[in-house]
Amino acid sequence: MLYRENGQFKTSYRADSAVFPIYQDQLFMAVLLAVSFIALPLLGSEYLFRAILIPFLILSLAALGLNVLVGYCGQISLGTGAFMAVGAYAAYNFQVRVENMPLIASLLLGGLCSTVVGVLFGIPSLRIKGLYLAVATLAAQFFCDWAFLRVQWFTNNSSSGNVSVSNLQVFGLAIESPVQKYLFCLSLVLLFAVLTKNLVRGAIGREWMAMRDMDVAAAVIGIRPVYAKLSAFAVSSFIVGVAGALWGFVHLGSWEPAAFSIDRSFQLLFMVIIGGLGSVMGSFFGAAFIVLLPIFLDGVPRWLGIELSTATASHLTSMVFGALIVFFLIVEPHGLARLWSTAKEKLRLWPFPH
Amino acid sequence: MKLKSFAIAATVAAAGLAGVVTEALAQAKEQFFPLLVYRTGAYAPNGTPWANGKQDYIKLVNARDGGINGVKITFEECETGYATDKGVECYERLKGKGASLIDPQATGITFALTEKAPADKIPLVTLGYGLAASQDGGVFKWNFPLMGSYWTAADILIQALGKKEGGLDKLKGKKIALVYHDSPFGKEPMPALEERSKMHGFELVKIPVTAPGVEQKSAWLQVRQQRPDYVLLWGWGVMNSTALKEAQATGYPRDKMYGVWWSGAEPDVKDVGEGAKGYHALALNGYGTSSKVVQEILKNVHDKGQGTGPKDEVGSVLYTRGLIIQMLTIEAVRRAQERFGKGKVMTGEQVRWGLENLSLDQKRIDALGFNGLLRPISTSCVDHMGSTAARLHTWDGSKWSYSTDFIEADEQILKPMIKAAADKYAGDKKLTRRTPQDCQS
Repeated sequence: MLYRENGQFKTSYRADSAVFPIYQDQLFMAVLLAVSFIALPLLGSEYLFRAILIPFLILSLAALGLNVLVGYCGQISLGTGAFMAVGAYAAYNFQVRVENMPLIASLLLGGLCSTVVGVLFGIPSLRIKGLYLAVATLAAQFFCDWAFLRVQWFTNNSSSGNVSVSNLQVFGLAIESPVQKYLFCLSLVLLFAVLTKNLVRGAIGREWMAMRDMDVAAAVIGIRPVYAKLSAFAVSSFIVGVAGALWGFVHLGSWEPAAFSIDRSFQLLFMVIIGGLGSVMGSFFGAAFIVLLPIFLDGVPRWLGIELSTATASHLTSMVFGALIVFFLIVEPHGLARLWSTAKEKLRLWPFPH
Repeated sequence: MKLKSFAIAATVAAAGLAGVVTEALAQAKEQFFPLLVYRTGAYAPNGTPWANGKQDYIKLVNARDGGINGVKITFEECETGYATDKGVECYERLKGKGASLIDPQATGITFALTEKAPADKIPLVTLGYGLAASQDGGVFKWNFPLMGSYWTAADILIQALGKKEGGLDKLKGKKIALVYHDSPFGKEPMPALEERSKMHGFELVKIPVTAPGVEQKSAWLQVRQQRPDYVLLWGWGVMNSTALKEAQATGYPRDKMYGVWWSGAEPDVKDVGEGAKGYHALALNGYGTSSKVVQEILKNVHDKGQGTGPKDEVGSVLYTRGLIIQMLTIEAVRRAQERFGKGKVMTGEQVRWGLENLSLDQKRIDALGFNGLLRPISTSCVDHMGSTAARLHTWDGSKWSYSTDFIEADEQILKPMIKAAADKYAGDKKLTRRTPQDCQS
């Protein structure tokens, strides 16, 4: 009733190809942005920012990066944790080794280093496909784990192998309080989401999707596989690298290679699969599902006043969480993003479905 | 299709519920203790008795004394699974409930919280673990590695080896292998060991074991190739028992293996049993059921059905360490109350003062019922550790028993190292050392 596009006429191609062509969607996005930029910083508690929103935003960004590769270009990667680690450690090295390095510059340079590594490990994708490629990208994971644990130079000769950063500043503004950190992450994530959305709608995104759907056919119509695949690896690992740097700098503040272990790679891959392959929105849904749901499930017995031992509660969370993953994948193999669009389709017809 | 609409409805409902985040604040006259624990995962065998000991002591103080000078103690556990990011989430959640002190139970989480604690004004208690340099209270105002750090542990182990050889100079030309958990926890002792290796001329071989340490074949292959005179075991959780089993399989003599105090408890050797016979490890604290406090816990907590864990675990090594940690933190609150008002709830800043001015002599320890479990401890503004001694104990196939007297870590060697490390940290973070006036506050 409320959500329908009757009477919204498009008079230009520009209007017709807008990201949100329907007025109600634009309104929804405007409200969402207003809430996240204005209302939340005013109302949110420290716990909400530091334990929920900041990790959610950063992992959404990483999932977004991985989605470019897996969802749009069809190249399965298990090296996401490694690319995050490259971003984080490269940014760290720029920060400590170059005097007065601006934070944004180190984050972006971290992303660039990650791009280089990503393209390097993406080269095998030109020969191998599917699951075999997944196994090949595992090499990136093991190599980076090894490098950051063993090569002392990367960790600035820290004896424990642990590195930390502090006194973060952007254009002279300190990034210290949870709200500042949150707004900083939010702005970056928004920027990257808009950029990615436009990339995947453009020529290069269509090339990626053509490669994903059938690489032989894509090559026949004149898409160069080398360019398409490696550009997907480059864009993906850049975003993932920036997310890794943010994870280290803004969220943890002090980290060891275990923060970017193979578990992280799997976690991100699950986010993309559960959220929705080939959907920008899906990356956010997936991150929300994987990051927020366990915290939420953890809290349920407490809110209901049920006394459970810590171990039982923790096991229960894992079981319910696992069951929900299976449930959602059976109900909607295309991910939460597809559920979202199905819901929107139904709303358009409501209350008179045909 | 029906299932699908149900899925949509469920998603919407979940999203709505997730939005409701309300945290109740701790009520007045209750001192809240956040308990970060891991009762699941690869480190659970060791994390569980530790956590149970902490909880049982709180229950004892509440049941027997009615709290700290009338202030009841409340607590809440949060499962970290030994993971840093989960630990940070737990910290943030429990901080909001009025935490005035935190014991993260993991080195990785300690590193992350060391960055956050000063801003939140919550002291970090890391008994026997954490950051070695944080003994220097002049730089690390909020960290308290009470009773020992990995550097003191490494130092004591080398001294013990020297004694066994008949003098530290006899270590010259020997080969000592460090089989370590490949994480900050395992790497922390290296500077102290390297320093000693330079002094005495022994060769230090570092053999990493990938966390969590269930797969160690390649590490023990290296041990077999290198044939070290001694192996120092720096493990935690399942890594310890796996290492002992591998040593047995490799044929490396167990009585040449020396573990840190995190590798010397019952869960580490029980499964190996006879196979671990002769294995030595540091004993940071005493244990057993003969002490008064353990008897009181059995009487006031376990016999009333309030025990956190199984009864037969009471008095085990890590359980007793949990008791000691909780006792020291409660004594710190008591000390703070002496200055800031008896019977009041202490804030993080006040508890920090209490930790820094903690002084338990033998008489006080006996009065608390901890006779034989720990040595007198006294902290100060410059020394946040309070006591640096530990002894060795040896597994005879069925139980642990002390095999040496207390050995003090050599402050002559460690002090300059700690100062240098703390100064480097201060330089990186652009901190200045605390002034003597600040020590009074």
